[in-house]
Amino acid sequence: MIRQILISDPTLRDGSHAVAHQLSASQIALYAAAADKAGIPIVEVGHGNGLGASSMQVGLSLEDDVTMLETARKHLTKSKLGIHVIPGFATIKRDLIRALDIGVDVVRVASHCTEADITQRHLGFVRERGKEAYGVLMMSHMASAQTLLEEAQKMELYGAEGIIIMDSAGAYLPADVEEKISTLVYGLKVPVGFHAHNNLGMAIANSITALQAGAKILDGTARGFGAGAGNAQLEVLVAVLERMGYVTGIDFYKMLDASDLAEKEIMPSIPVIKSESIVSGLAGVFSGFAKHVARISKEYQVDQRDVYRELGKRKVVGGQEDIIIEVVMDLVRNRK
Amino acid sequence: MNKLRVAILGSGNIGTDLLIKIQRSEFLECVLFIGRNLSSPGMAKAIAMGVKVSDESIHAIEKDPDAVDLVFDATSAKDAAHHWKILDKLNKIVVDMTPAKLGGLCIPAVNLHEAVKQRNVNMITCGGQASIPMAYVIGKTQKNVNYIEVVSSIASRSAGPATRLNLDEYVDTTEMGLSFFSSVKHTKAILNLNPADPCIDMQTTIFAKVDEPDMEALIKEVDVMIESIRAYVPGYSLLVSPIYENGRIVIMVKAQGLGDYLPKYAGNLDIINCAAIAVAEQYSKVQNHLN
Repeated sequence: MIRQILISDPTLRDGSHAVAHQLSASQIALYAAAADKAGIPIVEVGHGNGLGASSMQVGLSLEDDVTMLETARKHLTKSKLGIHVIPGFATIKRDLIRALDIGVDVVRVASHCTEADITQRHLGFVRERGKEAYGVLMMSHMASAQTLLEEAQKMELYGAEGIIIMDSAGAYLPADVEEKISTLVYGLKVPVGFHAHNNLGMAIANSITALQAGAKILDGTARGFGAGAGNAQLEVLVAVLERMGYVTGIDFYKMLDASDLAEKEIMPSIPVIKSESIVSGLAGVFSGFAKHVARISKEYQVDQRDVYRELGKRKVVGGQEDIIIEVVMDLVRNRK
Repeated sequence: MNKLRVAILGSGNIGTDLLIKIQRSEFLECVLFIGRNLSSPGMAKAIAMGVKVSDESIHAIEKDPDAVDLVFDATSAKDAAHHWKILDKLNKIVVDMTPAKLGGLCIPAVNLHEAVKQRNVNMITCGGQASIPMAYVIGKTQKNVNYIEVVSSIASRSAGPATRLNLDEYVDTTEMGLSFFSSVKHTKAILNLNPADPCIDMQTTIFAKVDEPDMEALIKEVDVMIESIRAYVPGYSLLVSPIYENGRIVIMVKAQGLGDYLPKYAGNLDIINCAAIAVAEQYSKVQNHLN
């Protein structure tokens, strides 16, 4: 039996968080071409929070969506071009139509893990246009396995051809992944995927656990380039998969070359698990908050760890970066 | 004084909450509560309150047009367009709760007196009612505003099926309102649904990019604006007074509901309803020559 795993690589999307969304067109061109050569099946490109998300709230992109997508499109021949789309940020009329016109192949429509019904129109639209549509449940550690299944079933009903569970806070341990992925695999007709963050050093272990629980799609990025402590490191992931006898269709050496290139040309620093990232993971806070928390905490001289714990207590979700300011202001007030 | 006779078209959360608010008004009387299904929770509430109800949608007004002066349209953008064709011919005033944008946009704290000169007034969006007054103050006090962005977070449980299905319209209409009232061309609106339990109050952050921020003038005018809004939305408050941070102006406000038909956390629904009541009362005051 061939055990085929679909790899999606968001180095040029989730990695945007690590550089405050300052990826340049030439960096996108370089990595896209290298990833294409390595036969990486899906290359995801864009602002860290996806299409239409360049904002003061999350961070303004250096390049606009059109430039990023057109650049990537030009350099991808075999690999599919993917995007991340969160309704509430991106609208069909303003953002999605244009992206599909540029030639995006794969659209992942994402919502917070309990809010799947906001993806209905966007998923439907992508399917109508005959492109591949996936549903993504973000911050999935905040919901039970049963709730995730119900939300995933809604997305399946709306036309999603696969459901990806994101550990957006890097909060999972393998047992959590096992429970959630197996519940989804059992209850869904479409394939299930997993997107790992590395705050607690579990990204690879959790990805493998997801596979063993029945997942067929995995996300990984070059050197783990991503928000906060980073993602599952693609090179390690592919190596481990090969060792275990899975098939990815990726040329291992060429993928290693692409990662080396990414390190040299794109990354000011390779993601490491900093002290704050561990607290962030324990508190269950979206990894994309890291740069904002660091900057605002420094400016107002408060302890980042206190900020994460308070954010965790408030159960903030991705997209609520403004609450960091409020929390910091509260800490400043209470200090006086 | 003659109370203005109003009908509520749409028996969902918005319509039913409006009904309860109208019972307290010195200027308004709800003479007809209209839906499509007599067994809905909103209908049951209206019947229990002794308000006349109908399940015949717009036909209820067509059948007896003289019984009503003003109609709150709390249906959907698509239906509101159809209703307006009929109500316009009948010479009725319409306060439009949907993002249909058929009439002039209204933020009571900014343009109440102007708005009631026309017969169709659009209440924009809940996030718009919370954020646009602040955008207006930014536009008024700052020179060269390049960009305004607003982010609203609302409790997941306060967002009904129509809101969820119409996020794109919410974004479009809010952005249009922001540009209209602030005179800033480049605007962006973002909406987050937060499922935390207990539910979060509606919270809105306004960001602006300006060439030379005048924080003193801004802080003063924001305080004045907050008081004007509190006159019709008692639960509206300033969460973070204007600060200049990382090259941008930041203001944060919060809207807590009155807890009428909907729980207190649903400040997003309360604020648009309070604003709509303020508009309807203004029509009543004008007709009674009180204003």
